[in-house]
Amino acid sequence: MAIIGNPKYQERIQHHLAKYETKRSAVMPLLYIAQEEYGWVNPEGIGEVAQILDLDPTQVKSIAGFYTMYSEKPKGKFWLHVCTDLPCALKGADDFYAWLKDELGVDDGGTSADGLFTVEHVMCLAACDKAPMLQCNFRYVEDLDQDKMRDLLAKWREEAAQPVSG
Amino acid sequence: MHILLRGRDIKNIDQLDVYEKHDGFVGLKASLAMTPAEVIDQVKASGLRGRGGAGFPTGVKWSFIPQHEPVKFVAVNADESETGTFKDREIMEANPYQLIEGSLICAYAIQAKAIYIYLRGEFWDIGDQLDECIERLRAKGYVGENILGSGYDCEIYTHLGAGAYICGEESAMLNSLEGYLGQPRVRPPFPAQKGGGLYKEATVVNNVETLTNVPFIMREGADAFKAIGTEQSAGNKIYCVSGHVKRPGNYELPMSTTFRELLYDHAGGPLHDDRPFKAMLPSGGSGPIVPLTDEVLDTRMSYEDCADIDTIIGSASIIVMDETVDMTWVASKVTKFFEHESCGKCTPCREGTYWLDKVIDRILDGRGTPEDVKRIADVAENMQGTTLCALGDFAANPIIHTIRRFPDDFAQHVQGEAAAGD
Ligand SMILES: Cc1cc2nc3c(=O)[nH]c(=O)nc-3n(C[C@H](O)[C@H](O)[C@H](O)COP(=O)(O)O)c2cc1C
Ligand code: SF4
Ligand code: FES
Repeated sequence: MAIIGNPKYQERIQHHLAKYETKRSAVMPLLYIAQEEYGWVNPEGIGEVAQILDLDPTQVKSIAGFYTMYSEKPKGKFWLHVCTDLPCALKGADDFYAWLKDELGVDDGGTSADGLFTVEHVMCLAACDKAPMLQCNFRYVEDLDQDKMRDLLAKWREEAAQPVSG
Repeated sequence: MHILLRGRDIKNIDQLDVYEKHDGFVGLKASLAMTPAEVIDQVKASGLRGRGGAGFPTGVKWSFIPQHEPVKFVAVNADESETGTFKDREIMEANPYQLIEGSLICAYAIQAKAIYIYLRGEFWDIGDQLDECIERLRAKGYVGENILGSGYDCEIYTHLGAGAYICGEESAMLNSLEGYLGQPRVRPPFPAQKGGGLYKEATVVNNVETLTNVPFIMREGADAFKAIGTEQSAGNKIYCVSGHVKRPGNYELPMSTTFRELLYDHAGGPLHDDRPFKAMLPSGGSGPIVPLTDEVLDTRMSYEDCADIDTIIGSASIIVMDETVDMTWVASKVTKFFEHESCGKCTPCREGTYWLDKVIDRILDGRGTPEDVKRIADVAENMQGTTLCALGDFAANPIIHTIRRFPDDFAQHVQGEAAAGD
């Protein structure tokens, strides 16, 4: 599919265009929409965002490249962003992350062999009192330990195995 | 008593009808009955200072906005990315209407056309929640045209960042909102001036916690606020406690409270009873580290008292470390943060953080020399004051102060005696 002309996104695109004084200001929310559609910020998505905003694709690409939450390559279905910044590290986050990478058989930034999980270490996520913690697809998962994490991975694997409904 | 974290005292205050029942929008109504200048005077008189880090007097900032300019904006800083900070998140999750009310009062005081709430991208769910709050408020006449029949119009929008600490710096935030790279601007002009703010219009940028104080000030009066805290640090502050304590979390306390009361009475003391406290970063990664001596513990957590012990209270992200923690490792962790977050616009910051990170790693690996320790201290000192924004100064702090205040921690990693120290 595409984002231009896709009925799924029209209302949101219009909402963002109406929010700001300039079209260009909508580049960040539109990049999120492109990422949602394609699973990453791919050249098609960048081209479409540029077209909607009357920008040059290279301008849009440089914005996408500046921010860490836009992915410039395809990733797994679940993005696990594990905080290993100082407060979390004081509560064992480095060891927890080393264990998780081992459990999934990946290095930092890598994707598990089944294509489901991409893991990355990130800086403080404003949840330091609930370490170790991570975000899965930008949703908080807090107060983790190895047992909890194993259960979650099992749950997510099961979710991924379900046929998509609707 | 909580002024900010009222979600702890009042169940469901994140629901509009509950918020309204508990003094919600009394401050806004009082403000709309006053002139904008009177509102600014009351906020000035309260002594409220910015909670985003720099502690700038809020009413004074608002008074810089040129009243004759036809278009003005408010940008709410909800980027909350300083290491160890998690207070704005709790405010927005548990008491969102009070932030919006405070933002509306600010907007009225400067006669802004619109408010943009800039949230770090990871606050995705909070953004959705705030959007819902805004729609409910619009339905009841608090947002949009002719607010509560006052004749004043104002819109509120949320904007999600996408993972860049530097977008918490106010001028970078404005660039990011405009769809440019989130890099700081050369100042002057400052955001409050024509040419320096959002879309080049005069703009007030305030932190979430700062604005959430404002409804109380407009409802209870400037004196009620000034009565809390110290001479130069009025009101309560939310202290975010993390690291080696028994009960990490947010604690909202008067700014006259001591570190000892916070860390022992509220946060429960050292995580492990047999491992005493060693050090604390009172303002996340960006402020000077201090040893947790009795003198420090008995210091009040105010702007002026923290200056006396050569540190800052900043955003009050208090990271506590016990005796097992090696300060060289701390310096390395914090330096990695700034190396990652440097926006790359100026050379001393971009290259300095990169180089510091590499050399500290070498020292940690046991391959460093006493000269390396001296050299990183020099490099860090040379970064200070030479960069476009304060991130360069922040990045120098962990190096300079860990070396100065914990020389033995570095000496143990390098052959011979450490060359640096007080
Ligand atoms: C590198 C850097 C990062 C910053 N990050 C934040 C932040 O995450 N949140 C915030 O409120 N202020 C942050 N600030 C401070 C803002 O630039 C600005 O001073 C503040 O939002 C003003 O609001 P206040 O007066 O209410 O504190 C940061 C400053 C710098 C230099
Ligand atoms: S000091 Fe660092 S973060 Fe700030 S503008 Fe310069 S390079 Fe960017
Ligand atoms: S350090 Fe991990 S959430 Fe703050």
